[in-house]
Amino acid sequence: MDYNVLIGGAAGQGIDTLSHIFGKTLKRCGLYVFSMKDYMSRVRGGHNFIQVRFSDKPLYSHDEKFDAIIALDSDTINLHAKSLKAGGKLILDRSLSDNDAYMSFDFKEIAKECGNPRVAGTAAVGVLLKLFDIPLDISHTVLNDEFKGDVLNANLKAIDTGYNMVKQVFNVPLEKKDDNIYISGNEAIALGAIAAGVKFYCGYPMTPSTSVMTYIAKKSRDAGIVVEQVEDEISAINMALGASYAGVRAMTGSSGGGFALMVEGISLAGIAEIPIVITEVQRPGPATGFPTRTEQGDLRFIIHSGHGEFPKMVISLRSPEDAFYQTARAFNIADKYQIPVILVSDQYLADSGVTVKPFDFTKIRIERHISGDEALENGVYKRYKLTESGISPRIIPGKVEGATVLIDSDEHDELGHITESQDMRVMMVNKRMKKLKLLKEEIQEPLFMGTENPDILITCWGSMYGPVKEAVDMLLKDGMSVGALSFGDIWPFPTKLIKKYGKFAKMIIDVEQNATAQLDSLMRENALIKADEHILKYDGRMMSSKYIYDRISEISKASSLY
Amino acid sequence: MNTAFETYETAWCPGCGNFGILNALKDALNELGLKPHQVVIASGIGQAAKIPHYINVNGFNGLHGRALPPATAINIVNKDLKVIIDSGDGDTYGEGGNHFIHAIRRNANIAHFVHDNQIYGLTKGQASPTTAKGQKTSLQFDGVILDPVKPIKLALTMGAGFVARSFSGNYEHLKKMMKEAIMYDGYALLDIFQPCVTFNRVNTFKWYNDRVYELPNDYDYTDLDNAFKVADEWGDRIPIGIIYKVEKPMYIDNISFLKDGPPLVDAKYDPIMAEKYLDDFR
Repeated sequence: MDYNVLIGGAAGQGIDTLSHIFGKTLKRCGLYVFSMKDYMSRVRGGHNFIQVRFSDKPLYSHDEKFDAIIALDSDTINLHAKSLKAGGKLILDRSLSDNDAYMSFDFKEIAKECGNPRVAGTAAVGVLLKLFDIPLDISHTVLNDEFKGDVLNANLKAIDTGYNMVKQVFNVPLEKKDDNIYISGNEAIALGAIAAGVKFYCGYPMTPSTSVMTYIAKKSRDAGIVVEQVEDEISAINMALGASYAGVRAMTGSSGGGFALMVEGISLAGIAEIPIVITEVQRPGPATGFPTRTEQGDLRFIIHSGHGEFPKMVISLRSPEDAFYQTARAFNIADKYQIPVILVSDQYLADSGVTVKPFDFTKIRIERHISGDEALENGVYKRYKLTESGISPRIIPGKVEGATVLIDSDEHDELGHITESQDMRVMMVNKRMKKLKLLKEEIQEPLFMGTENPDILITCWGSMYGPVKEAVDMLLKDGMSVGALSFGDIWPFPTKLIKKYGKFAKMIIDVEQNATAQLDSLMRENALIKADEHILKYDGRMMSSKYIYDRISEISKASSLY
Repeated sequence: MNTAFETYETAWCPGCGNFGILNALKDALNELGLKPHQVVIASGIGQAAKIPHYINVNGFNGLHGRALPPATAINIVNKDLKVIIDSGDGDTYGEGGNHFIHAIRRNANIAHFVHDNQIYGLTKGQASPTTAKGQKTSLQFDGVILDPVKPIKLALTMGAGFVARSFSGNYEHLKKMMKEAIMYDGYALLDIFQPCVTFNRVNTFKWYNDRVYELPNDYDYTDLDNAFKVADEWGDRIPIGIIYKVEKPMYIDNISFLKDGPPLVDAKYDPIMAEKYLDDFR
């Protein structure tokens, strides 16, 4: 069982809320859900849609064809009716079309009768629920969580009215108990940060990164977190570094444009050796680019962010579950090595809602690596003490009586004072770069999926994990010898598995949501492995598993492999 | 063991106006009974911004123009620390101008000492945001064509609760103003005239000495209209002293757990405490 539904309309018509109600109702019925947002950079009008895919098995990405569509505007009909599967249903208000092939209702009239013209879409969701025979009372629990008072009553009436107007069409076996959560990538990052004890978050709103800050802000009072909206991203990174220096876990985040403004601050974190976690939720650039769309175009920019040479870690996020655990891990790594750690996501992962197992908070360890007066030598504290590992003991200003902590953006001596010495310069560069060596032992190799030692090896990174995972499953069913490496940790670049599988593979196909195959360039540079073929997409819309499956089938047929 | 504030050898030119500021700062901190580990000086880049290297305090010598954001965060994270900024006119009013405006709105507890020499020293003599119109420099060969920034007036306009001016050639006055600014609850701007003996041939010790006068004892610094008039006084006579001072809620006063609770830096870390937020997604 694998169904796919689209809800489309203009900005301001409540598409977000409707799909949330529908998705959460499905989840509470014990189903697995994957929802994907496609929206324009505007507050009213235009055409937005959300796809909600659901199944009795876990889902990892979106699909392209639909079993049902709710059209709240005529664009939805014009753009998406052709994507209906055979036997698929298009639900709309009678005013939009008189085509008999569609299921037309007087939703506007119903909404008026329910006492609120804004609940027309809710009535359409009622119709949708009945078509799939989803229990009405479960949808009521969701509405109860979303609305209050008269608005709640109008919504309840509307969903009931819609539900009672049609008969069941599709068969959805409801056998499992609901024990999952339904969460987006950005919310998972926020939750991971809160679990890891972030105490200070500052940022400037930028789509599609903003909802990380929004969720943390919602919990700030309860969790004792300070969230500050700053004047610009330059302030964001410098303020977060100040907070970290003063002793708490601090975080900032943005999308590509805002991250670009933070870059000098990342360099400061490098030389001053201040732990910091930064999220970069990519959207297509250059410059303002495609504000609400998705791309994986910033990878090399992020890896190279910051002038000068210094260690940093870059972790790309695969899924909400991965986002939660990796965010928490990022704080430990930042604290351990006193470096910037950058989490890389994108609009696809940021805005997609996925059902996953509830996160295990007992797995989250807090490792702060902070010293006390044992770090003093004859009463003196050396912030940049030269050590075997390159890591200097870190104390918090004001917490060790008689000791002061001096950090410096200039090249400095062990005490943190400005130096012009060439010997000291070399020692300090070596000290910092030693940390990179240690860090290489810390990195996680990519996740391997598929047949062991496959003929066709797919490579991907970050959020491409979901579509590739499903594509591999489809290809395996066709009897193909195929496997995939999904990179999470991406800098320092893990080379072991790509070397291992790359040697055996007859063909390497690199799959990325960008124009320049940036992962492939990293493989060539760091592992001397080169992809033979590329599947690249940079139209701002995430490739689906079906898209990848079709391309790989074509490529393999065209080659002499199959 | 750091028990009293002391100063170290500097890289400044002989006769630099910064010496007066460093001495007054050291004495002000000692006279206030503070200990080095209780004080943080944040700075940007420039000759003034080197101060954390010349006195034994906690120091955050960050990026050019960016002293205010870390200083703000340090105050928010540990309200027990005394946070001071020492940076120049270029750092504060030029490169960091946007932060200056918004730091006043935030009103974190920071004493901001601007070493205002009306010129760029570290980069060898270009105009700063406060260089007088018409003044020839090592870059503005035909004279500066822009109007200068008026820091006092700008701070007043933005609603700063403490705005003062002093002169590095007047040790007693400067020390007093520094103490006032450090003890003020909130963002305190102290613009300090600081002659650059190498690159500014106009605004010399003599130039300032001939012009500055201390605001009289009966001057009402709680009167904003008065303050604006005083802020506009420039030319043959330039006032120094507390130009405006009122009480205002600080940043942390607006966040109850910061105001009434322990400093944020002392907060506990317990992942399990966050598990309840999973309910939002069930």
